[in-house]
Amino acid sequence: MKFTLFHLMPYADLDLEAAANYATSWLQTPNTFYDTEKGAALYDRYLTELERGEDLGFDGIAVNEHHSTAYGMMPSPIVTASALARRTKTVKIAILGSALPLRGHPLTLAEEHAMIDNISRGRLITGMVRGIGAEYHVWGVNPVFSHERFHEAHDLIIQAWTEPGITSWHGKHYNHEYVNLWPRPYQKPHPPIWIPSQGSRETIEWAAHPKRKYVYLQTFSPIKSVQKYLKMYRDQCEKYGYVCDDKQLGWAVPIYVAETDEIARKEAKIHYENFRNRFLKMPIEMLLPPGYSSIESMKGVAATKAQIVGDVTLELCIDMGMFICGSPETVRQKLESCWKDMRFEHLLSMLQFGTLPSDLTNKSMDLFAKEVMPKLRVAAAATPSMAAE
Amino acid sequence: MAALTKHIIEIAGCKTCVRRGGSGPTLLYLHGAGGSGNIIDFAESLTDKFDVILADHPGFGESDLPPWLDNIHDAAYFYLDLMKHLNLRDVHIVGSSLGGWIALEIAVRSTERIKSLVLSAPAGLNLKETRRGDIFMWEPPQRIRNMIYDQGIAEKILSVKPTEEQAAIAVKNEFATARLAWEPRFFDPNLHKWLHRIDVPVQIVWGDSDKVFPLPFGENLQKHIPGSQLTVLTKCGHLPHVETPDRYKSIILNFIESTASTFSQSKGAAA
Repeated sequence: MKFTLFHLMPYADLDLEAAANYATSWLQTPNTFYDTEKGAALYDRYLTELERGEDLGFDGIAVNEHHSTAYGMMPSPIVTASALARRTKTVKIAILGSALPLRGHPLTLAEEHAMIDNISRGRLITGMVRGIGAEYHVWGVNPVFSHERFHEAHDLIIQAWTEPGITSWHGKHYNHEYVNLWPRPYQKPHPPIWIPSQGSRETIEWAAHPKRKYVYLQTFSPIKSVQKYLKMYRDQCEKYGYVCDDKQLGWAVPIYVAETDEIARKEAKIHYENFRNRFLKMPIEMLLPPGYSSIESMKGVAATKAQIVGDVTLELCIDMGMFICGSPETVRQKLESCWKDMRFEHLLSMLQFGTLPSDLTNKSMDLFAKEVMPKLRVAAAATPSMAAE
Repeated sequence: MAALTKHIIEIAGCKTCVRRGGSGPTLLYLHGAGGSGNIIDFAESLTDKFDVILADHPGFGESDLPPWLDNIHDAAYFYLDLMKHLNLRDVHIVGSSLGGWIALEIAVRSTERIKSLVLSAPAGLNLKETRRGDIFMWEPPQRIRNMIYDQGIAEKILSVKPTEEQAAIAVKNEFATARLAWEPRFFDPNLHKWLHRIDVPVQIVWGDSDKVFPLPFGENLQKHIPGSQLTVLTKCGHLPHVETPDRYKSIILNFIESTASTFSQSKGAAA
């Protein structure tokens, strides 16, 4: 079992009262809400929290990409990953992920990831995503072509990383007379590729393909969905004629650890609910622009709208397994039982969320790293892999 | 007034739903982003004077989504093929919004089969000083309210719950609209360079309270098309055919009966 410390870097100092005049922190909340002094201090704080991940014994630290939002201050995970690459020595650095279709020229991504891979001497994990719906509003890229652009950009990046010498690329969305990437990626044939997803059959079929065998990462979902999609991935491997290695599966989940269950719930409540109901929330038109999802999946959307964009409580999310919160022992038990059930190699813990302040974040990180992680490692090491059973 | 009869015909490999009815000169109606559904009544009201043709654009309504449909130019070439396929001549094209944009894209390519254009709040041009409404950001009820000036009419439309089939078509239309118009948002950056090629009479119609493409868009378009005329409908939003069909119809009839027929005779004599 491997542990990755994941961060969204929210603009936690958002004036929530004034921002309540806007339906969402995405796109519509003007950037006059961003105070540069506060923002600069937050970057310093968050990068330090991630750097501590190495000292605390995490296997990886992870950043991601979001645009025009207080939800996350990382429009370029390239920048944060670069900063981390020089301040850490051994820990893996995961970009989860770069939004391929949003790039005008995906070769720039191939270059930047290759640079970070060299600078970190092979510690980069490359996540590939489409970007969420709101980003198609922000960025202007046509959501109808999101899948096409993702696949074409992926193929182009892999070609640039793996085919030696000078090649060319002529596709529908991207054209390069010369593809000749300097630098080449440090890892051979290229950095490991992870695919974070909220769950989609199409993505699973693609990621599990024997040509790729990319790590599939189920993110921020009710535990039932995590079970469903990780199983779907395993079943898909079987259909392809091979047994899924536990290393191909991961789960990303917000976690809060405190002295007792009661303290944990009390301390996390407002900050977690801010994360869900204030930072993450967006109208359905923003979440699912036309073409971003299949036409079939859009048909049921109106009926389930309240469920998708309505407010939630901490208690509900704990019950649904979307948030792991409690004493070290409670958190360990929950994670161990989930792990025994699903056997994901990678657990991505998001230990800061919403408005959670520095002191509570660091306390939770310490407790998780010192009292939960080692026990889970022992339990996992003592259990044969699912493939071997 | 005749009902439109539905046919499925194949054009450029795309199974296309074409409604046709009435007699007289040919009038090809190009629907907007909302699809043909909200046009049918109005189109039928024109059948006493015209042979009216109303197709679902490729990717919309009951037409297939062909693999070649990527942008507004593909839609324009499709309609050039459609006019050829149906052997249409001296066609009066009437286009609403997105359909008006397709009409412009057709006409800059060839007016060989076209006798006149009526454009109701067409997309197609950008205007730096004026922000357009973002229909992709408006939730469905808000969209109706923003498209219509008379909120009584808007509420009446909203009180009718769409059937499952209509709801499915609405999603399909939304996807097809995004395909054609998401980026650049409802305009073609090259179109303005060639609007002078339109050598048939052009009537532009615009609601003074249009929140999708506010009136300055209409004034700008009028300046770009030599000899075109702009008629502004007071107390009217983006959908004159829904909100004020009688005024809109009389503009179409007056224009075609006077200007367009005179112009075409002189065009014919010159040729």
